[in-house]
Amino acid sequence: MQLIDSEEVQKRLTKWQNEDLYMHQEMTTGAYASHPASTFVKNAKIRYSLGTIAGEGPYRVGLKMEDGWVYAQGLTHWDFTDNHQLILAGHDDKGRLVVCLMLSKEPF
Amino acid sequence: MQKHNHVLLVLAHPDDETNLSGTLAMHIHQGTPVTYVCLTLGEMGRNMGSPIIANRVTLPMIRKKELEQSCESIGIEDLRMWGYHDKMVEFEDQALLAHRVKETIEELNPSLIITFYPGFSVHPDHEACGRAVIRAVESLPEESRPTVHAVAFSRGCEEILGPPDVINEVGEFFEQKKGSFFAHRTQFQIMVGFHNDDQELRARWSKERFWTYRFH
Ligand SMILES: [Zn+2]
Repeated sequence: MQLIDSEEVQKRLTKWQNEDLYMHQEMTTGAYASHPASTFVKNAKIRYSLGTIAGEGPYRVGLKMEDGWVYAQGLTHWDFTDNHQLILAGHDDKGRLVVCLMLSKEPF
Repeated sequence: MQKHNHVLLVLAHPDDETNLSGTLAMHIHQGTPVTYVCLTLGEMGRNMGSPIIANRVTLPMIRKKELEQSCESIGIEDLRMWGYHDKMVEFEDQALLAHRVKETIEELNPSLIITFYPGFSVHPDHEACGRAVIRAVESLPEESRPTVHAVAFSRGCEEILGPPDVINEVGEFFEQKKGSFFAHRTQFQIMVGFHNDDQELRARWSKERFWTYRFH
């Protein structure tokens, strides 16, 4: 993965406004935190009217949907795969994944 | 303190007003109406009261009541809750938000606006709130722009902004401020340790600091 280039990510997010997409979103503290907690949603179907990346790194992303929001904070890295998957992730100082937000037209 | 015809306060979360409630009470005491636009209901807050009295579903309604009670204590009669989602203000259409603020300015014609200082107010909702207000005021002709007093509290902000040029002595309005503070029950119980010591609170709360925003 590469460090986030927010302009590039913004272009991708804008391009997929008002399109039917699959989303994977995840967050984890790791198993050894004082209060281990994690959550993920795989292949939720979403469609957003406004998608924005904000901040100066780590970054935040907000996707405005008809009836709600998708939000992720702490994003540091990104990839756009050959299969047209947008992958955004936040890693801590040891390189461990803390938070992840992925979008694609096909299920993951 | 200078008497204003109308004060417009634009902040992001219920309880953002507490730290400046002495100033607001002072304006109201002078006969100046205060309109408070609060952009969100703080529904993503992590504090649920101690003991826990709220959940993710009930928190916004509880915080709305807390906000109304805070306003009552300060004497604010025109409270406008715009209902943006907590944490998401920066992801809304920013031009639209600034336009809405501008319409409110045109409706009320305030001589003073109080908001967050963009770049120095830490939370992304605060930053987006301050930016929208400044953008709205900037879009007005220079001669009809109200004064903007901004609050700043990011670390090191004084090194960049200099010392605050407006320091209001608000000791006289201690009861109003205390009422605002304790209205936000779910948020401030953590700090209950010092709540019976009025002397300490009075000392902490006697001054409120603002920076007059300089438009370029
Ligand atoms: Zn706030």
